[in-house]
Amino acid sequence: MYRHIEQAIEAELNGEPAAADSLPLATGFIEKVSRRKFLKISGGSAAMALAMQIVPGSALAYDPYPTGAEGMPHKTVIDPQVFVAIDADGTVTLTTHRSEMGTGARTSVPLALADEMEADWSRVKLRQAEGDEPKYGNQDTDGSRSLRHYLQPMRQMGASVRLMLEQAAAQKWGVDVSLVKAENHEVHMKDGSKSIGFGEVAADAMAMELPAFEDLTFKTDDEFRYLGKGEVPMYDLHDITTGKARYGADITLDGMKFAAVARPGVVGAKVISVDDTEAMKIPGVERIVKIAGSMPPAKFAPLGGVAVVANNTWAAIKGRDALKIEWSDSPHSTFNTAAYADEMRATAKKPGKVLRKVGDPDAAFANAKRVFSQEYYQPHMQHAQMEPLVAVADYKEGKLDIWAPVQSPYGARTDTAAALGMDPKDVRVEVSLLGGGFGRKSKCDYVIEAALVSKEIGAPVKLQWTREDDVRGGFYHTTSVERLEAALDSNDKVVGWRHRSVSPTLFSLFVEDPGHTSALEGGMGLVDTPIGVENLVAESGEAKAHTRVGWFRSVSNIPRAWGVQSFIAELAHDLGRDPKDMLIELIGPDRKIDPVAADMKDLWNYGEPYEEFPNDTARLRGVIELAAKKAGWGKDLPKGEALGIAAHRSFVTYVATVVRVKVDDNGNVSIPETHMAVDCGFCGNPERVASQMEGAAVMGMTLAMHSSINHENGAVTNSNFHDYPVVRINSYPKQVHTHIVEHPFSVHATGIGEPGVPPFAPALANAIFAATGKRYRDLPFGENVG
Amino acid sequence: MAISIKVNGQEHTYDGDPSIPVLWYVRDVLDMHGTKFGCGTGQCGACTVHVDGKATRGCLLSLESVAGKEITTIEGLDPNGNHPVQKAWRAHNVPQCGYCQAGQIMSAASLLADNPKASGEQIEQQMAGNICRCGCYQRIQAAVESAASEMEG
Ligand code: FES
Ligand code: FES
Repeated sequence: MYRHIEQAIEAELNGEPAAADSLPLATGFIEKVSRRKFLKISGGSAAMALAMQIVPGSALAYDPYPTGAEGMPHKTVIDPQVFVAIDADGTVTLTTHRSEMGTGARTSVPLALADEMEADWSRVKLRQAEGDEPKYGNQDTDGSRSLRHYLQPMRQMGASVRLMLEQAAAQKWGVDVSLVKAENHEVHMKDGSKSIGFGEVAADAMAMELPAFEDLTFKTDDEFRYLGKGEVPMYDLHDITTGKARYGADITLDGMKFAAVARPGVVGAKVISVDDTEAMKIPGVERIVKIAGSMPPAKFAPLGGVAVVANNTWAAIKGRDALKIEWSDSPHSTFNTAAYADEMRATAKKPGKVLRKVGDPDAAFANAKRVFSQEYYQPHMQHAQMEPLVAVADYKEGKLDIWAPVQSPYGARTDTAAALGMDPKDVRVEVSLLGGGFGRKSKCDYVIEAALVSKEIGAPVKLQWTREDDVRGGFYHTTSVERLEAALDSNDKVVGWRHRSVSPTLFSLFVEDPGHTSALEGGMGLVDTPIGVENLVAESGEAKAHTRVGWFRSVSNIPRAWGVQSFIAELAHDLGRDPKDMLIELIGPDRKIDPVAADMKDLWNYGEPYEEFPNDTARLRGVIELAAKKAGWGKDLPKGEALGIAAHRSFVTYVATVVRVKVDDNGNVSIPETHMAVDCGFCGNPERVASQMEGAAVMGMTLAMHSSINHENGAVTNSNFHDYPVVRINSYPKQVHTHIVEHPFSVHATGIGEPGVPPFAPALANAIFAATGKRYRDLPFGENVG
Repeated sequence: MAISIKVNGQEHTYDGDPSIPVLWYVRDVLDMHGTKFGCGTGQCGACTVHVDGKATRGCLLSLESVAGKEITTIEGLDPNGNHPVQKAWRAHNVPQCGYCQAGQIMSAASLLADNPKASGEQIEQQMAGNICRCGCYQRIQAAVESAASEMEG
């Protein structure tokens, strides 16, 4: 998200609704752009770069399509010399430029290249790219974009290298290239008379001139060896099971020191005085370093505080805990969760800023026979990724080397360079595996801290956050009140629809708090609602941030799906209707929503050109019906058991979830079965999609039942897993079945890292209601409904 | 006084702060990074090691309290990484980010060493000390069950 957000902010604040230059693809429907225009791929080395163009008559197995990749900073680079190396022994080394945090992107993206070039995956090695977007193209691993944006460029590079290998072999044999064919790491004469390994022609092949795009051939779907099959495990699987996989803290440099930081409890508070007497007595503690603080909007600047430097992590943490620090006051020390929630609820009852209006909702509500309305609350939440933040930095003679688990390696590089007043040329960022990210590791405050400390002490340093630091020094998922209203006529027909969202914006990290949900956040289930009621209004109520609000996996889709999908089930109950039928009826007839007619012309479409990735209600209905069918919607269940359903489009992927709950006599809720139907276009790796859905179910259950970051007088009161609990193996949703809607490559692949999360909480609450008659409108609602 | 300890069959002595937890000793002093830091308070299991064969949280275990004992970390579980639990983990494609998995595997290996016939419910109870924020539980459970049947078989 991160650097795309900065572009979005610029566009929004400059009042460029169509965002003509900075966001060309977010709003692709405004301007009927030719595919050709989008397919000019910018290259790293201009001479080598290929332009993907549609050439009449070329043997394409699919029709190339534009994606939002070309609207991202540094776009894509399509250059085999950058991404592919082949040794004489046949080892193929592919550069993988996306961060791995559990989705499988580090494997699945280069797998597409290997498949198209006919490489044998067992002879492929991966090299993780350092943060260098001018060289590799955009590296921001978030927004569920890795496959969405990189399947085509990877295939194009694979097809180019395959042809170069064929040309080299043909040259060696003195035959026409049409007589040879690359297959499974070898080039054969089509008549079977000769074959030669990739390694043996590699040097000649890689010295070939890059073929023109129109000379490339692409595999047809049935020729894929790996794509769409889900049979290739994650590249790091073996290393993960043996402890060899390297995460952020798993590097040691000569002379490296260890650091832990005392940060202010309240955002914006500053160090007045520090007494390090006790800290310095801890064996292993060497010195302290002050880090300057910041007040939002300050992007990812460190919170500030005092670092304790020691000869091991344990000593640094103990030393940090022994510091006595006097902190200044902060304007945010008045922030209290309960009072803030009350304020949001009050705001939600008043008219808000209109973001979208269709028909005449005011008249519909004024003339309604009755109005049905409810409010849904969601507190701030924190990522709680398993690996607490950590970074290793080595500043030496004007150069800075960083090793860190980062979702945006180039962002971390440029931000850290700026914080230290350096030229990004002098900063190098190596990316380790990420022990989870969920959006937190897009924000590089921890990297900047390590760099500042290394520079100050003149030695390499590993700066480790504790779990408490991580819980209390977060960039929190927004809190929200979603108010839904339905105007009913005398036949109980829904004739008006109002969705008012009150929710502090993550834009407040970057600019003076606008006080309203942004277009980007509005596009996550508020403005882009598929609800087809003829009189409809989407509004934002004012709310200002009092902490660092940042994105968390699925972002604003979580509160929006929570509100809308709970409300529809409530409305169905009120009207004596089946919730699934009601949901499908409210979505209305199958259609690709026409954004102009629907007053969504400023719609944020996850950065994708709308024509290529439209909001297609037939696909939404498709996943609803699929999940319902697989779950046996409508069947009789034992006493205490019931189904709940919810569906949501996010990151241009459609997911419907049916949760089956079991509530025992004591009110304890368990989840014996869940069905998730996913329409993500062409599915590159079904095995990882299933794994993401299973994980999304667990995260959805956690946030539904447990997650609430609480502020008292500006400071977070949670600290560790005992008061910020997550679902464990003794209560997880059992038997999560993932049903993937099958599509050919021509149906554009979309993302899967995030879209599984939003429908889970409302499906669960709807199931609990169906089982017990108890309706939850505030998250989290705990695991006992007695 | 220096502390003597055996880690993965190798003798070591340490003359630093004897209260250093085993987690930080193996990570920062021995430079063995398979054992992970997750919470530092015994709540997540990322730091699980075996002390004389029993799964124990390394983050709360001072080095002096295990002097003379045998510590096994994920690196020492099996010389080729082919403990039945490790194999089952791969067969079931358990990991997502993978960060918790060394601890999960160490807990499962200890559980099955004690009780190779562990029931589904016993597995849930005993593995409940290991958090996986990515939510791999469905596969963890399946992998432990299949490792159990392999160890039994
Ligand atoms: S780090 Fe030891 S239990 Fe979490
Ligand atoms: S795999 Fe990521 S925490 Fe378990």
